[in-house]
Amino acid sequence: MHQLTIAELVKGLLNKDFSSVEVTQHYLDRIARLDKVYNSYITATPALALAQAAVADKRLAAGNAPALCGVPIAHKDIFCTIGVRTSCGSKMLDNFIAPYNATIVDNYLDSGVVMLGKTNMDEFAMGSSNETSYYGPVKNPWAIDCVPGGSSGGSAAAVAAHLAPAATASDTGGSIRQPAAHCGLTGIKPTYGRVSRWGMIAFASSLDQAGILSRTAEDAAILLNDMASYDTKDSTSVERDVPDYTTTLNDSLKGLRIGVPKEYFGEGLNPETAAHVEAAIKVYESLGATIHSISLPHTGLSVPAYYVIAPAECSANLSRMDGVRYGHRCENPKDLNDLYMRSRSEGFGDEVKRRILVGAYALSAGYYDAYYSKAQKVRRLIKQDFVDAFQNVDVIIGPTSPSPAFKFGAKSKDPVSMYLEDIYTIATNLAGLPGLSIPCGFVENKPVGLQLIGNFFAEARLLNAAHQFQQATNFHQQTAPGIE
Amino acid sequence: MAVDRSDIAKLATLARIAISDDEADEVASRISTVLALVDQLQAVNTDGVLPMAHPLDAVQRLRADVVTEPNQRELFQSIAPAVQDGLYLVPQVIE
Repeated sequence: MHQLTIAELVKGLLNKDFSSVEVTQHYLDRIARLDKVYNSYITATPALALAQAAVADKRLAAGNAPALCGVPIAHKDIFCTIGVRTSCGSKMLDNFIAPYNATIVDNYLDSGVVMLGKTNMDEFAMGSSNETSYYGPVKNPWAIDCVPGGSSGGSAAAVAAHLAPAATASDTGGSIRQPAAHCGLTGIKPTYGRVSRWGMIAFASSLDQAGILSRTAEDAAILLNDMASYDTKDSTSVERDVPDYTTTLNDSLKGLRIGVPKEYFGEGLNPETAAHVEAAIKVYESLGATIHSISLPHTGLSVPAYYVIAPAECSANLSRMDGVRYGHRCENPKDLNDLYMRSRSEGFGDEVKRRILVGAYALSAGYYDAYYSKAQKVRRLIKQDFVDAFQNVDVIIGPTSPSPAFKFGAKSKDPVSMYLEDIYTIATNLAGLPGLSIPCGFVENKPVGLQLIGNFFAEARLLNAAHQFQQATNFHQQTAPGIE
Repeated sequence: MAVDRSDIAKLATLARIAISDDEADEVASRISTVLALVDQLQAVNTDGVLPMAHPLDAVQRLRADVVTEPNQRELFQSIAPAVQDGLYLVPQVIE
């Protein structure tokens, strides 16, 4: 049953081949039995899941249930869930029970989707390896001594180990696409504003976007249909109709103009990864697409610009974690300042502290123009590169990540080497564009990700292009060794 | 630009994060590495370029001035570390 895709689960539930309670129980049993190895969940929610599944089965029996009714998924622990701990991977929120649901959690509840639990993640989504989680690192099902990627490493490992058929995730600089690449999954980060950020704990508000990790592009399309919505509670949510992403999956790619940026194939890219990406481009050519060499000249500046903007926004966002209204509070504070200082110092891990300090520096008097304002200007140059490129091409294709999943500890000593993991994914967040990763090969038996970047609100086209690739190849059907 | 122990102490105060004497040098060195990375921005000519705060250059949405949210004080305070009479408790601030 755990081999089934979301599309197959939807059909099976509708045909009464199995009930939602049966599917849910099956996944809960697998989590209880196998997740000790992967550590992909922070909190499994068996009682709640079974109660939701029972309700879903009633709706299914009554007829007229929404498409996703009874399908179980996991939520990244960054999304607030009433009555269930929402830790964001931090000691700071270890005791935090959200008093409200994230909009995307409510959207899925309305659709009858069942929540299996909350998945592990880098602390406050700051990391590319899931090593900064307060709850310990997540293991990559493809190579147990390697990281699953981050920050949505728990969501990725859970789906890759068949401990959830799909999971929600969030992406500020690559946190959906990079773990998708390292775990052999499909991962989509929609256009900024397409999915509500309400109830998604903020890291860098102008970059954060929720999305999906799944086994197939078809599953991502089905799930995005219900995740995306206009939300008046998120002031940056975009008022625009959500198309049915499944209706265009089978469109022909004949005449699709694909841009290949030369800057994405330079120094630092693993040659074997490059070879798989080039082979994938050939597949697209055989499907009728035309290939065009393009240039995104400011690519090299995206990591420096990001590491000013993201820390600056995080230092502002995380100032709310003060030990007064919720979250961790130190013992016996001697005065108010001591309360703030010790609660924050005890509650935050090292990487979060570092980013807050860098952000405080970039925003401090005397440095604001040189760092923050400068980075915001460079951000516009980076966006303009894409605007220019999309005059002539429909989709941009390149690698998701410079090399396959690395071993634990390999990059945690040097923050800059970790930051360069996201060199190909960060620019789309800065520009606000949608991006998607799909598996396109293996290096040392570890999956390689192919990244597709689309124009604003071109999610349907990206999913169509990804689905067509998956009709022509079987990389997405491979399962990690040892996963039955 | 590199930062030293005294810069770290100042930033830590601004950010309300305690950095112990033992950690100060390592934190300064790690942050200097990050600042060296972001210093690449200084070489870029950005004359006449407007700072970009939002990918879609959206403007703040306005809404009618009507009450839409109910008072949920008890619910919100149920997860607070310390409350009394509907107020959040902190150590004494005024002598």
